[in-house]
Amino acid sequence: MPTFPALTSPRTLTSSEIAALRADFPILHREVNGRPLVYLDSGATSQKPRSVIEVEREYYERENAAVHRGAHTLAALATERFEDARATVARFVGAREDEIVWTSNATEALNLVAYAIGNATAGRGGPAAERFRLASGDEIVVTEMEHHANLVPWQELAARTGAVLRFIPISADGTLRMDEAARLITSRTRILAFTHVSNVLGVINPVQELVALARSVGALTVLDACQSAPHLPLDLAALDVDFAAFSGHKMLGPTGIGVLFGRSELLNALPPFLTGGSMITTVTMDSAEYLPSPHRFEAGTQRVSQAIALASAVDYLDHIGIDRIAQHEATLGQHLVVGLNEIPGVTVLGPGIGQARVGLASFDVEGVHSHDIGQFLDDRSIAVRVGHHCTQPLHRRLGVTSSTRASGYLYTTENEIDDFLNALADATKFFGVNA
Amino acid sequence: MESLYQEVILDLSRRPHGRGLEDHAAAESHQINPTCGDEITLQLHLEPGTDRIRAIRWEGHGCAISQASASLFSDLAPGLTPADLAARIELFRVAMRSRGTIEPDEELLGDAVALGGVSRYAARVKCAMLAWVAGEQAIILAAAA
Repeated sequence: MPTFPALTSPRTLTSSEIAALRADFPILHREVNGRPLVYLDSGATSQKPRSVIEVEREYYERENAAVHRGAHTLAALATERFEDARATVARFVGAREDEIVWTSNATEALNLVAYAIGNATAGRGGPAAERFRLASGDEIVVTEMEHHANLVPWQELAARTGAVLRFIPISADGTLRMDEAARLITSRTRILAFTHVSNVLGVINPVQELVALARSVGALTVLDACQSAPHLPLDLAALDVDFAAFSGHKMLGPTGIGVLFGRSELLNALPPFLTGGSMITTVTMDSAEYLPSPHRFEAGTQRVSQAIALASAVDYLDHIGIDRIAQHEATLGQHLVVGLNEIPGVTVLGPGIGQARVGLASFDVEGVHSHDIGQFLDDRSIAVRVGHHCTQPLHRRLGVTSSTRASGYLYTTENEIDDFLNALADATKFFGVNA
Repeated sequence: MESLYQEVILDLSRRPHGRGLEDHAAAESHQINPTCGDEITLQLHLEPGTDRIRAIRWEGHGCAISQASASLFSDLAPGLTPADLAARIELFRVAMRSRGTIEPDEELLGDAVALGGVSRYAARVKCAMLAWVAGEQAIILAAAA
């Protein structure tokens, strides 16, 4: 009988490997306020390796042309690169090529789904779109930890269609109340939209359990994968979600490109959102017929250089290994929580020490506003995010108006986390925190 | 850091002046800084029978800069006419937007000159302006009432 090695956690990134890969990121070598930059705002946007920057430049220098039109050599070359990029990204997230729609960003991807469902409800899309039509009394369920991008589009859809918006609350430790989820997801639920990983709490939601609840009542599932696609191995087919959205710039890619994933049969039944050139088959003065997915959802001139650069970013992540990156970030996340807990007056939001979290932590400092903390840290060349992080309802639930977030990535070192923790301890002294 | 967070600013952020709303305001303005969620409700109170400001009262939450700025604004206003205060608000705004090139005038702005360092931090100018913008709107509302 053959023997197999025991399943083990993937090897984390060693400090020498991180030092080597940091050399690939030009911005990490600049100074801010006279000191080396400590960039702990990757949850907002990641830095870019030289290969990604160069791919975009080379495209403009050698291949630039409009895609899916024109008979010349460059048009064909650009189209090939554009579609190859789609295949690369599809493979990275466990999807098929025709299930990947390019958008400007994740916000647009989520709005695409919400507006297309609104269009179906308005009668567009014919009999195939029947399954998407909402009626008064239908329910859309989200969670209390959603980013505004996965909340406001659903509020708008509910307002347009007469559907009712409900939300799954969180527990004190920032995890979702799954007992409440089971109670809230009923035969009235038509859409369940939720984040994979909270951009504030760092908590990883139980996607499969939530999908099972939605499936049991026939509701569509929409996953906000903005904080998971860059940081965790993602297999959308295995997760069995109907739709998912993520952005390129958070995963080493450029700004201006996001991704909507949709199961093929759903995308081909959904009426379009943005309409115009490039997404049609036949147009008369009165009406138009539309291409199948994904091109049905890609109206107008496309984001070619961004798509190619995003594929290059995915190649880079693949080269390092997303499972190893996830392992490294889990270590960073624990390092952050343990260190933050030791500073008087600092309260970590979300999972505590030893509980699962990605490589970020948000916190409140008693009596000191996050902007003041961020300003003090910036003076030490440490970049963090301050404010409500586009999650006002979550902050309200947590009883704070704003928080400070430190978020790492594959290039973040343990030393940088220590620099940050030391500077934060100094900040609490500077602002006179009494705890 | 010390040029931005002068001792007077840190003190006022812990021990504010003019905090707490009162009845019978001539006008009231509510302002929000949407990027950080800072909020202020600010009242203009006139000396009965005169066109002089008796007090600025306010309630709100925010960073040390915005809190200290609200205190300094409420210290400045008493005894001035609304028109005079409006002119000083404009002076303060010009200094704040100057990217460190214009020092605020101590004769006209009093202790609020401690906020001069903020003008070198573009992202923080809105924090310093929050109470003053509320005051500006309250003056307009009081004139219209």
